[in-house]
Amino acid sequence: MSISYPDSDLLMLSGIQHFAFCRRQWALIHIEQQWQENVLTFSGREMHERADDPFFTEARGAVLVTRSLPLVSRTLGLYGVADVVEFHRDETGIVLKDRPGRWRSYPVEYKYGQPKIDDRDIVQLCAQGICLAEMFGTPVATGDLFYGRTRRRQPVEFDDSLRNRVRELTAGMHELFEKGVTPSAEYSAACKSCSLVEICLPKTGSRRSVRRYLDEALR
Amino acid sequence: MRKLLNVLYVTSPEAYLGKEGETVLILLNDEVKLRIPIHNLEGIVCFGYTGASPALMHLCAERGVALSFLAESGKFLARVSGRVNGNVLLRRRQYRQADSPEEALQLAKGFILGKIFNCRCVLQRFLRDHEQRGDPPMVQEGVKALTIQLQKTANSRHLDMLRGVEGEGARVYYGVFDHLILEVKDIFTFTGRSRRPPLDAVNALLSFLYTLLAHDCTAALETVGLDPQVGFLHRERPGRPSLALDLMEELRPYLVDRFVVSLINTRQIGATGFVTKESGGVLMTDEVRKNVITAWQKRKQEEVMHPFLGEKIPVGLIPYAQALLLARHLRGDLEAYPPFLMK
Ligand code: SF4
Repeated sequence: MSISYPDSDLLMLSGIQHFAFCRRQWALIHIEQQWQENVLTFSGREMHERADDPFFTEARGAVLVTRSLPLVSRTLGLYGVADVVEFHRDETGIVLKDRPGRWRSYPVEYKYGQPKIDDRDIVQLCAQGICLAEMFGTPVATGDLFYGRTRRRQPVEFDDSLRNRVRELTAGMHELFEKGVTPSAEYSAACKSCSLVEICLPKTGSRRSVRRYLDEALR
Repeated sequence: MRKLLNVLYVTSPEAYLGKEGETVLILLNDEVKLRIPIHNLEGIVCFGYTGASPALMHLCAERGVALSFLAESGKFLARVSGRVNGNVLLRRRQYRQADSPEEALQLAKGFILGKIFNCRCVLQRFLRDHEQRGDPPMVQEGVKALTIQLQKTANSRHLDMLRGVEGEGARVYYGVFDHLILEVKDIFTFTGRSRRPPLDAVNALLSFLYTLLAHDCTAALETVGLDPQVGFLHRERPGRPSLALDLMEELRPYLVDRFVVSLINTRQIGATGFVTKESGGVLMTDEVRKNVITAWQKRKQEEVMHPFLGEKIPVGLIPYAQALLLARHLRGDLEAYPPFLMK
């Protein structure tokens, strides 16, 4: 049986990348509402707004490019906005309003920086694919990740194991959000590149005892 | 620890604040005197009648930069801030713990422990630094008496008892505070703590800096998503930032008291610039206030080792670090609140 989340329970789609990277990071942003605008996110936004970017001016024949497309998936319980969705001409595709012919949707997620060692970008793209599939009522099998640093598109296949991973992650997000608890920090290599490290203070977790700190000071 | 951004203090009452794109402008008689990109700021504090354009307020609210208006005396008037930060569940936990006598007592103990410990430390440092001067026997007595109050803090079984211990500690501490002041004694004689109005120059300095610190504590609590008005030790009163006052208790000796003593003893603050009014209240001139703010800004940039975090941070981030640790505790990440205990 698949769940259908009502509007009030939808979570931000972009959060899945945080959740895949670190559950605590996701909780700090989405439950605690702690967010630091840092250089990375700021420049990322600037890049999106740059009109001279080859990605947006390229002539692409039978491809429609739409930006800032609102997305929702009732089964994942996610909503958000896709940076870029392309519609490729395809006889087996769907009909778009005011556009002759048939089209197949193709999500493209734009990332500042470079490909990550973990799968956070891939699951985010796949979640977008699942949204599109649900909204247009037809399967979406592939999407592209575009990286600003390498200026390369990297196609991603939405296979069953990836889809399952996305469903697992989103179920985890809803469970944590429901409980409203922030998981405690586990210091790892990931913390070094984490934009919330200064709020999270992963080394100050349960390992440092306040009682001992007080006892030592008051001795 | 996050970066310490600047707080811009505008002390000229004729100034007007505007904006141009992402830049804050300070205008005097329609002439631009200063431009600062908003992303370098975490707060703007205006003294007196400084005006600000709605467009600037908009920018500040959007960027989470608190824009505060204080009276010339430093009394808080108003603030423009964006939507409330943070987690409603965290604030609910804060309220629940404030309502529970047992939990509130534990937290209040932490603040008072920090306060008395740090007061004692201020005296101990003085003894170490000035073995041959001043009046060490009195100060030594003070250290002993505070050690007893520290014990009593740990043994307090309810809030009123704790408040009593706190009062006794403050009496002891302010009772010997005058001995720490070694220079220009004719002007800088401390006659016991007086607030409304401050009855001597030392009290005028203390009061002014406590106001600046209260402002920083309020902003720090808001940043981490706590409600500065709901405290554990200070009773709530409409308009009173009770939690900010709680947090201040442990920070005052280290951040303000010692600072005031060193301003005087190193003669950074001169004997002129204080006016005694007919009522006995002592006021500072703009000149003094400006000097104090400049020195305070400089002090905030200095780095210290945070005793609990074990990490070097700028002095100006201490309120933020403590607010963060408090949120940590309320959230259940830390088994108790670790006050800032100076070394
Ligand atoms: S610092 Fe580490 S534990 Fe904390 S949120 Fe970031 S990745 Fe997670």
